[in-house]
Amino acid sequence: MRFERREHRSVALVIATPLIAIASALAIAGVLIVIAGAPVLEAYWRILQGAFGSRLAATETLTRATPLILTGLAAAVAFRARLWNIGAEGQLYFGAITVAWASSRFLGDMPSILQIPLLLMLGALAGMALLLVPLWMRLRFSVDEVVTTLLLNFVAVLIVSMLIDTVLKDPMAFGWPQSQPVADAAMLPKILARSRLHIGLLIAVVLALVLAFVEARTVFGLQSRAAGLNPQGAAYAGVPLKRTLVIVACISGGLAGLAGAVEVMGVQGYVTTELSRGYGYSGIVVAMLANLNPFGVVLAGLFTATMFVGADGMSRSLGIPSYIADVIVALSLLTMLIAVFFTQYRIRR
Amino acid sequence: MNKPVLDIIRVSKRFGSTLANDDISLSLGKGEIVALLGENGAGKTTLMSILFGHYVPDTGRVLIDGQQLPPGKPRAAIRAGIGMVHQHFALAPNLTVLDNVTTGTESLWSPRSRRLEARTKLMAISQRFGLKVDPDARLGDLSVGEQQRVEILKALYNEARILVLDEPTAVLTQIESERLFTTLKDMAAQGLSLIFISHKLDEVMSAADRVVVLRGGRHVAERRTTETTKAELAELMVGRTVTRPVRAPSTPGERVLEAVGVSVRAGGVDRLKSVDFHLCAGEVLGIIGVSGNGQATLAQLLSGTLAKSGGDIRLFGKEVNRLSVEDAVAAGIGRIPEDRNREGAIGEMTIWENAILERLGSFASRGLVDRKAAIAFAQTIIDQFDVRGGTPTSRTRLLSGGNMQKLILGRNLINRPRILLAAQPARGLDEGAVAAVHERILDARRQGAAVLLISEDLDEVMALADRIQAIVGGRLSPPIGSEEASARRLGLMMAGEWMQEAAHAV
Repeated sequence: MRFERREHRSVALVIATPLIAIASALAIAGVLIVIAGAPVLEAYWRILQGAFGSRLAATETLTRATPLILTGLAAAVAFRARLWNIGAEGQLYFGAITVAWASSRFLGDMPSILQIPLLLMLGALAGMALLLVPLWMRLRFSVDEVVTTLLLNFVAVLIVSMLIDTVLKDPMAFGWPQSQPVADAAMLPKILARSRLHIGLLIAVVLALVLAFVEARTVFGLQSRAAGLNPQGAAYAGVPLKRTLVIVACISGGLAGLAGAVEVMGVQGYVTTELSRGYGYSGIVVAMLANLNPFGVVLAGLFTATMFVGADGMSRSLGIPSYIADVIVALSLLTMLIAVFFTQYRIRR
Repeated sequence: MNKPVLDIIRVSKRFGSTLANDDISLSLGKGEIVALLGENGAGKTTLMSILFGHYVPDTGRVLIDGQQLPPGKPRAAIRAGIGMVHQHFALAPNLTVLDNVTTGTESLWSPRSRRLEARTKLMAISQRFGLKVDPDARLGDLSVGEQQRVEILKALYNEARILVLDEPTAVLTQIESERLFTTLKDMAAQGLSLIFISHKLDEVMSAADRVVVLRGGRHVAERRTTETTKAELAELMVGRTVTRPVRAPSTPGERVLEAVGVSVRAGGVDRLKSVDFHLCAGEVLGIIGVSGNGQATLAQLLSGTLAKSGGDIRLFGKEVNRLSVEDAVAAGIGRIPEDRNREGAIGEMTIWENAILERLGSFASRGLVDRKAAIAFAQTIIDQFDVRGGTPTSRTRLLSGGNMQKLILGRNLINRPRILLAAQPARGLDEGAVAAVHERILDARRQGAAVLLISEDLDEVMALADRIQAIVGGRLSPPIGSEEASARRLGLMMAGEWMQEAAHAV
C-alpha cells in the first residue's frame, strides 16, 4: 500500500473532511460510552440537549465558544505562517490581568464607550508583548519558539497568580486569590438579557471574517503564507520575512490577549487562575480542526464548546464521567489530522 | 550477448489516465552497462520502481536469472541482488557512513551488533571497487559525491549484482561525474550489471554499452553506443530533430552594470574576493566554474538577497550600496535562481501567486491584491511562454521542471528586463526544454538585455556567451572573448591557471 499525492482537491471533499472526522471520532468514543455502561445514541442526544436544549444551555455554549474562537484564530494565523505559537494560554492570562489592573486602578471612571475599546486594546497589546519576546529570541538567536512559548505559559500563569495574591488582590474576596474586579462600566454589553452571552461572540466572529479577508485578499496575507510555506523562496521574491513574522506575531498574540480580556470583561469581571479552562491549548485543537481556516475556526470553536458544555448535561443524567467530552475533542483532532492527510493523498495498492 | 541476468518482459503500468509504461521489455547481460535514456516523464523512473518492487505492474513480469521476481516486494528485489541508488539519497545525515550502510541489514532482535564484521566487509568492498570513504565520518559532513558513493556502497554491501542508478549525475559536478563513470566501468568489468537513468547524451555515449530509449512510456529504440551518434539519440529521445539555438553576432551597447573590486563576506567566510566584471546591453557574459566556488554568492548579490562588504557596483551608471530584492526588480533585473524549487517558486501556492510574488507592488493597491489582473498576467505568461500542465489557479508544484522554469523565465522576461541574471538556467531540464530556455535567453539578448549567465555546462556557455570569465575560490578570472574559447582553454581557466599568471605578472 502506498500514498500518492492528490493533484486536485474538490470543494466537496474539503467540506466533507471535518464532518467525516467528527463522525469517526463520535463512533470511536461510542465504544467508551458503551464500556461506561450507557446507551450511545442517548448519550449523544443528551450532549446535544445539554448544549442547546434550552435557552440557558444555548447561551452558555455560545459564551464558552467565544474564547475558543479567539484562541483558535490566534493559533491558526500563526501556524499558517509556520510560527508555532503554543503560548496562547499565557497570552490570554496577560491580556486578562492587564484589563483587570487598568480598569480597577486607572480607567474605572471612564464611560463604557471609551473604556471598553481601550481595555480591549490594552489586553491585546499585553498578549502581543508576551509573544514578541520568544519571537525576538527566534529571530535573534534561532531559539525554537515551540519551547519558549510553551514554557512562557507557566511563567505567565505564575506571575498572574502572584499578582492576584499580592498587589492586585481583591480585599473583599474573603482571602481568595482573585484580582480586584473591573469597573461596571468595563463589562461588555449582553447580547441577550438574563444570560451570560455577551458581545464578545460578535467580536470574535467579526475578527474571523476580517482575518479570512486579510489572508485571502491582501498583500500581507499572500506574503505571510509564502513565508510559511517556503521561507527561502519568499525571501528570494523579496518578502520581508522578519517584518512579516513580527506582524503575524502581533496578530496572534493580540488575539490571544483579547480572548483573556473578553473573558474577564464579558463573564467573570475579575481574574482567578481558573479563568481559562485550558482555552489557550484548546485553541490549538480548534485551529487544527478547522485546518487553519478562519471560518472553520468559528465552527470548530462551536463544536468544541458544544462538547464541553453538553457533556456536563450528559454526565448528570446518565452518570458517566464528563471527561468523555475531552476524549471526543481529542479524538476529533486525531481523526481530523488523518482526514486532512487523505484530502492530500490517496491510497494506491 | 551472454545469458541475461535481468529480463523485464512486456511491463505496462497505468496511473489514472496516463500510461506511464506501455509494454516495455528490456534485458541486461552480466557485466553490461545499459543506459535508460528519455526525457522527463518518459517512464524511466516508473520502470525502475517496478523493477525494485515499489510499484506493482499492471501486466508483465521481471525475471532475475530466469526466476520470476514477486511483484511489489522491495525486500525480494534486494534479496535477488538488485541495488538502487536513488537520485535523492535515502540516507540519514546524522549517522556515520558505517551506520548508514548497515542500517536495515541486521535483525532487530539480535542481541548485539556485528559492527566489526560489518566494518571489515565494508572496507573490503570499498577497496575492491576503489570507492574510498571514511566509515566513521558523519554522513552530513560529506560532499554530495561522497554521499552518492555511500549509497552505492550500501547497495553493494547488500550483495547487489544489478545496480540501478537514477540520474546519478544530476547532483554531481563534471569532475565527480567523470570519476563516477570510471568507477561504474570498473564495476562492470568485475561482473556487476548496471542500469543508469539519464537524459544527458554525452554521458550515455561515453559510459554505456547499450542504450534503451523511452519516449512517452514506450520503448522506442535500442542501440549499441558504438553504432549510434548523439544526434540520432537526441532525435529518438525527443521524437523530432532538436537543435539548440545559435547566437547571432551582435554589437554590445552601453555598460549597464559594472563591478569593481567587489567582495562579499558572509557567515565569517570571504565568499567573493575583489571581483571585477561588467555587463553590456545586448551581450551575454558567461561565468563558468566548478560549483561551490562563489557562483551562488554572485547570484545572490545581484538578485538583492545578499549585501556586498566592499568594492563598488554601478548600476546604469549609478553607485549602488545596498540592493534589495525590490530595488533589483524595480530596476529591471530579471532573476532566474539556481534552485527553482527552493527559491524560484513556492510549490504549494498557485501559479498566479508565484507569477506576481516578486512584483506584488504592481498588482496591489492599498494593500489589496488585484486577483483579476494577477490571473490575467499569469495567463499571458502561460500563453506566451508555452507553460504546459497548469492554469493560473492550479498549484505550481504540479508543473514539471521544464514548465516551472518557463514560468520563472516568463515572469522575468515578459516585462523586457534590462539585465537578466540566469543561474544554471537549464540544469536538470530535458533536451527540448533546454533549447526553449536558450532560445528565450538569446531573445532577451537580441532585445538589448545584458545577460549574466552562471553555468557549469561548458557547451551552454560556449553557445550563449559573448565573453567568458571563470570563478575559482571566490575570484573571477579576466574575461576572454568567446571566439578564443575552447574546451581546453576553459578547463584551464576553471582550474585557476590565470591566478599563477597574475602572480607572475606582479
